[in-house]
Amino acid sequence: MAGVIKEFRLPDLGEGLTESEIVSWHVAVGDTVELNQIIADVETAKAVVELPSPYAGVIAELHEQPGTVVEVGAPLVSFEVAGPAGAPPSIGSAASGGDTGAPAKREPNLVGYGAAVEKGGRPERRARRFASQLSGGLNPAGGSALPGLAERVGSAPMIAAVPAVPARPAVEAVPVAPVLESAGSLPASPVRTISGERPRSTPPVRKLARDLGIRLEGVPGTGPGGLITRDDVLAAAQGASASDGAGNGGSVAPASVIPSPVNPSPAGAQDTARETRTPIKGMRKHTAAAMVASAFTAPHVTEFLTVDVTPTMELIGRVKESKAFAGVRITPLTIVAKALCIALRRNPTLNSRWDEAAGDIVQFNYVNLGIAAATPRGLLVPNIKDAQELSLMDLAGALTGLTERARAGKTGPADLSGGTISITNIGVFGIDAGTPILNPGEAAILAMGAVRRMPWEYEGQIALRSVMTLSLSFDHRLVDGEQGSRFLADIGAILADPGMVLTMV
Amino acid sequence: MALKNIESVPGGPGETGSGLIQLITADGVRVPEPAYDALVADIDGAALQGLYEDMVVVRRIDSEATALQRQGELALWPPLLGQEAAQIGSGRALRSDDFVFSSYRENAVAYCRGVDLTDILRVWRGNASSGWDPYAINMATPQVIIGAQTLHATGYAMGILNDGDDAVAVTYFGDGATSQGDVNEAMVFAASFQAPVIFFCQNNHWAISEPVGLQAHVPIANRAPGFGIPSVRVDGNDVLACLAVTRQALARARSGGGPTFIEAVTYRMGPHTTADDPTRYRDANELEDWAAKDPLKRLEAHLGSLGLFDEAFTAAVKAKADAVAAELRAGCLGMAEPAPSDVFKHVYSTPNSWLDRQQDHYERYLSSFADSASSDGSS
Repeated sequence: MAGVIKEFRLPDLGEGLTESEIVSWHVAVGDTVELNQIIADVETAKAVVELPSPYAGVIAELHEQPGTVVEVGAPLVSFEVAGPAGAPPSIGSAASGGDTGAPAKREPNLVGYGAAVEKGGRPERRARRFASQLSGGLNPAGGSALPGLAERVGSAPMIAAVPAVPARPAVEAVPVAPVLESAGSLPASPVRTISGERPRSTPPVRKLARDLGIRLEGVPGTGPGGLITRDDVLAAAQGASASDGAGNGGSVAPASVIPSPVNPSPAGAQDTARETRTPIKGMRKHTAAAMVASAFTAPHVTEFLTVDVTPTMELIGRVKESKAFAGVRITPLTIVAKALCIALRRNPTLNSRWDEAAGDIVQFNYVNLGIAAATPRGLLVPNIKDAQELSLMDLAGALTGLTERARAGKTGPADLSGGTISITNIGVFGIDAGTPILNPGEAAILAMGAVRRMPWEYEGQIALRSVMTLSLSFDHRLVDGEQGSRFLADIGAILADPGMVLTMV
Repeated sequence: MALKNIESVPGGPGETGSGLIQLITADGVRVPEPAYDALVADIDGAALQGLYEDMVVVRRIDSEATALQRQGELALWPPLLGQEAAQIGSGRALRSDDFVFSSYRENAVAYCRGVDLTDILRVWRGNASSGWDPYAINMATPQVIIGAQTLHATGYAMGILNDGDDAVAVTYFGDGATSQGDVNEAMVFAASFQAPVIFFCQNNHWAISEPVGLQAHVPIANRAPGFGIPSVRVDGNDVLACLAVTRQALARARSGGGPTFIEAVTYRMGPHTTADDPTRYRDANELEDWAAKDPLKRLEAHLGSLGLFDEAFTAAVKAKADAVAAELRAGCLGMAEPAPSDVFKHVYSTPNSWLDRQQDHYERYLSSFADSASSDGSS
């Protein structure tokens, strides 16, 4: 049959989208399809949508494979349709905005903010005659001193834009001409940098740079328009630690030519006595990377609960006196760890992991309880394997062993891997509450504050009670406020009245 | 007791159940409702079949327009899937001299008003800044500003009072719009002037991604009495009940009884627009529950029980829907691109010398592009 090939290009399926991913094809080459028959599933930034066939005909070619991200306007599928007579009016022109060549590059834009001005594909306007007459009349020497005017109304707006500002004073005020000439002869971008304008980057990248102690002025930007990206900062951080001890020479050299607002002394002669520079490496670097990764991938929520833990403190006193627990170290941390394991059984989503690569949520049916430990080398979070199986006594023993190994610097790799949830005891430093950052790969971390004797409402009166604040951070991708709150409330209920355990197990 | 009235209606804003006017159950059983039966006594088998055909056709218009959007022929489309009964039932109750002020989802109402199918798509194709001549079908072009059309309706109804006419203004909006100041102001004025306006709220349970329960802790119909406007809650998926309550409200308005607020409890079974993915915020079970209350299915069952749902009828309905869909598609693809100077049309209803001047300048400006290719070499 003498079919006509019709090409279907990916339309903008949402509002202001630039690309979509092909999830799956429902048809293969050679299949006969009807009008509006679903031929593919396509995922945009907003939704997964079904694509109905715009033609009745035979699939001639599938231009892209599933899993491919296709730009709006790119060919998606070709159909062989019965003939011009039976075909609907040309769809290609409407979908792609023109048949000639590749469509102009689209920029994403939010609905309500208007589309970006299209720069390509517009007809060029004929230069007005009076413009060139005006130009000639003002400047008999020719176009060189006044390049802007004629070209601005002509066909080269990009060229006209740069010299347009200096051009006008140059005509009016001859004495300043040398200055303007030198400024005008410089390329645009160095002028900007030297003038003290902040290098282009995004807020999270600036935050990262500040956290890593990197000065953005010295970082070459590789993003669009010289934008400094996350990778640029990380590369600069790598360079800084590699140059080790060489101060700010080496790869961050450009920074030294920028006068520092903190230290006004000339470049290269910095007063080392007033500042100490330590290369970012080892544990500090590892911790920084882990915390940055956690803070920037997992949306953190932190909740606080202040609890009257007097009954728990009384329980600890009684347990310590009992013969069975002679020689066993029982602390508030032991009870909190036990309470956490009990509460976790009722709120299992807190014990899970977001596996981005696999596209899965991993629900752990065991508890490897991490305990943040301050060691001479820095922060370590070794974990107690299968903590859910341990009795209070075993848990106390495991905690003691774990912390002792950590303090002695003998924590093994097995102790550090496979954690599912963590506790950090900031109370030992006399701190009440904080917003702990998740140990990467875990859904929750509980910070226990100091136990304080405080005036507190007790049986309708004000009494001196032992009070502790619990701070729970959780990954909002995995845990909603409801589950997080219930979990925290369960732990609080146990600490406020250990007998409540009977209602939970 | 000030709160007594509010407490008297059980259930939250999203629930169906008691206090809801229903004439045909979800299973297609006609149930007596003494206060409303007389209002639809004239609806015989043929009329019911007509309502069914309307709903099938508008559902088809909806799915065809959605397909056209997916095929790059429309920039956007707001589907009405699930709301056919609310719109057809109310739309078919109107007289031709009544005037409709709708939101952007009332394409079934526009169909009832006799809109040219191509005109429905004009705006969504980016072909025109509005779709049709409002006075040709006595329906304003869709209002995208949430709730603003309620003010227009109240104002129009106040005009009807001045004219001493017995037409009625009907405004359509959603559950989310009732949170807008405009809607509340429109109700204040409507009550003050006892204007002949019907506030027809389609509570489709979702203001984009926001469930109705977040905006209202009591049924939305309960808000109207606070303005001094009587209200009724109707099963919005029951086309006969929607017809009945709209007729009642129209009769009240025509006889000087003032405004009425109708809450049609229905469900938006599709996305907010083609750019939305409801699976991201909505429980699939909820959709399943509402699919069981589908407005078409229940009328199908009811017609079947009357012996009016035979093959000849369904084939005729399908043929009609196919023809409408084909007309819609052809109209969309064949739409002429507007000329640049069309932007000057419809700005003023009478000739305006300043606008003429601007148009003249603009046309001369445009003509300066025309021969640029040939003149480039000479300049």
